[in-house]
Amino acid sequence: MEVEAPRVARAALPGQFVIVRADEPGERIPLTIADYDAAKGSVVIVTQTIGVSTRKINALEPGDTLLDFAGPLGRPSDFVTETQGGLCAKRILFVAGGVGAAPVYPQVKWLHERGVEADVIIGAKNREMLIMTDEMQSVARNLYLATDDGSAGFRGLVTELMKELIDNRGQRYDEVITVGPMIMMKFVALTTKAYGVKTIASLNSLMVDGTGMCGACRVSIGGRTLFTCVDGPEFDAHLVDFDEAMRRQGMYKTQEERALHKCKIGL
Amino acid sequence: MNKIARVPAREQEPAARAANFEEVCYGYSVEEAQREASRCLDCRKPRCVAACPVSIAIPEFIGKLLEGDLRAAAGTILRDSSLPSVCGRVCPQETQCEGACILGIKGEPVAIGKLERFVGDWNIENGDKSVAQQTAGRKVAIVGSGPAGLACAGDLAKMGYSVTIFEALHKPGGVLEYGIPEFRLPKQRIVAAEIDSLRRLGVVIETNTIVGRTVTVDSLMNDEHFEAVFIASGAGLPKFMGIAGENLNGVISANEFLTRSNLMRACDERYDTPVHVGRRVVVVGGGNVAMDAVRTARRLGAEALIVYRRSEAELPARAEEVHHAREEGIEFRMLTNPVAILGDERGWVRAIRCVRMELGEPDASGRRSPVEVAGSEFEIECEAVVMALGTSPNPLIASTTEGLATQRWGGVVASESGATSRPGVFAGGDAVTGAATVILAMGAGRTAAKAIDEYLSTK
Repeated sequence: MEVEAPRVARAALPGQFVIVRADEPGERIPLTIADYDAAKGSVVIVTQTIGVSTRKINALEPGDTLLDFAGPLGRPSDFVTETQGGLCAKRILFVAGGVGAAPVYPQVKWLHERGVEADVIIGAKNREMLIMTDEMQSVARNLYLATDDGSAGFRGLVTELMKELIDNRGQRYDEVITVGPMIMMKFVALTTKAYGVKTIASLNSLMVDGTGMCGACRVSIGGRTLFTCVDGPEFDAHLVDFDEAMRRQGMYKTQEERALHKCKIGL
Repeated sequence: MNKIARVPAREQEPAARAANFEEVCYGYSVEEAQREASRCLDCRKPRCVAACPVSIAIPEFIGKLLEGDLRAAAGTILRDSSLPSVCGRVCPQETQCEGACILGIKGEPVAIGKLERFVGDWNIENGDKSVAQQTAGRKVAIVGSGPAGLACAGDLAKMGYSVTIFEALHKPGGVLEYGIPEFRLPKQRIVAAEIDSLRRLGVVIETNTIVGRTVTVDSLMNDEHFEAVFIASGAGLPKFMGIAGENLNGVISANEFLTRSNLMRACDERYDTPVHVGRRVVVVGGGNVAMDAVRTARRLGAEALIVYRRSEAELPARAEEVHHAREEGIEFRMLTNPVAILGDERGWVRAIRCVRMELGEPDASGRRSPVEVAGSEFEIECEAVVMALGTSPNPLIASTTEGLATQRWGGVVASESGATSRPGVFAGGDAVTGAATVILAMGAGRTAAKAIDEYLSTK
């Protein structure tokens, strides 16, 4: 969905997010930025219907209006402050799961526009659940797909594909950046730890204001409590307490919802 | 000598109001207001005015009210405050105007707050709704639409400046909107109405605009040609205790709890945002925010109690709020300090472990500092814990504005007039002082408006 938001589009950088409210009774929910165009004054968001708020957003038609659209929020990815020489010398692998492919795209695109080529893995349950593969293909050095059922690309989990690339296909990475479901990022972090590869995870914690005011998004990073909205959303994945983060993500799911919930992206 | 007793303001019955979010205090009728107004001695040197952070001409407005000229009474207040209905409800009058009232020496002071509220509410209903002539004045940007920003905006607009307020949230009002509950300060009827009166003066409010992210102080000045900026971004960052178990599910900051209930209207089932209270909530802290949180929890159906490490005498909350909380069935556990929060097997709060305290020697603040009683640990079972321990300024603006000096604790360094280390950039309210009161922030906003006018006049 492309949203007209000139100020947000002008200020946005890779790694940042927006807070959206669909209508007056609606919740404020954080959504990742899938693309932005300062000249056009627009920002692209990608949402998967998983609850009331995302259903409302996905029900909108072209020409409709989102009641509130605030951002860009969070710190941009660390790499935007690195020198081009430093970045070119680095082999970066992005590991995206499900709609996590959306925020990875502006990161890879930003690097590509500066002559820095990165590899990308997009994982999903099946071919139908894969998103942004064409866009990604145009900016990534190598794009690898992984699906649980093998309907596209590698059959298996993204972590298995990572091992395959490193162990059997001679790929070597200096840094991994992962965006996707918490459980996937947890296992990506465990995998890269074994290889000793620096890893950044972009967390999708619960938020209300998104500006540091409420603390709903607190996470434990190496034993310190930080706020995802202002200190993140990107953190050193090897320091994140993913079990706590996952538990906190479910805080407002009722018992019933928890029982009924079946992960729609196959995790 | 004054023979009339202070006229009490009618209130909702405690048992009824503990189950709804309607306003606790009904305020005065005209007759009650005039009877109370007749108690004012109209002192030659009114101590109440000197004790008011925005110097409202109190005896003058009370006199006009007594004469029955409510329009003139409102006009008198509006000269110095654009938010009388708000201040009449939330100011700590007992330590300001009413605390200074001569009548208070031997008896009860004039109920200045309730009278201000009466006049303010009358003005919302009956006051002038005409829209000011738009002038293409010099542009001033204000960061934050809380009390400091609104007060500054009002004064600058009256002076003919073209004022734009940038608000990070989706509704203007700052703490008036997200922090103070409906039962103390009605949002639509009072807050929105008083903000609308500022819009009629020509003040423009841009919501969903985070200064430091969407725009910066520098981009406002360089690209959008604002000639001065007033930083009134408040103190929005919640503090936590740093004890074990604080990240368990069910432990939240008072800011989050109140934002969910007030701004997001989780207290109204037609709204989507959830709020968790469980059967029993422990609120940690003794300030006004703690009272607001505990009384909100009660209204959401929970058994709610306050845990405070000092004694009753040190409670920083307004006496009226503590009194109202007690009436509503809130339990106070004084001289009690949390040491850990305990969770169940699912990672949810099941209890808070506390230690009893006793008062020792006075500390730097002059209050006797609490000392732990050895071996006195005990647990209070609960399903939610709300931390109301105070807030500090958000570093977002300071960190994105080059050359803006800040204190080590995050406050923006500003002179008495609000001038910062950057020419043309002023600051005031909680962003400078750390968490304080609505009226002090308004006072800082007014002072800064004057300083901005002087700065731009000589520039």
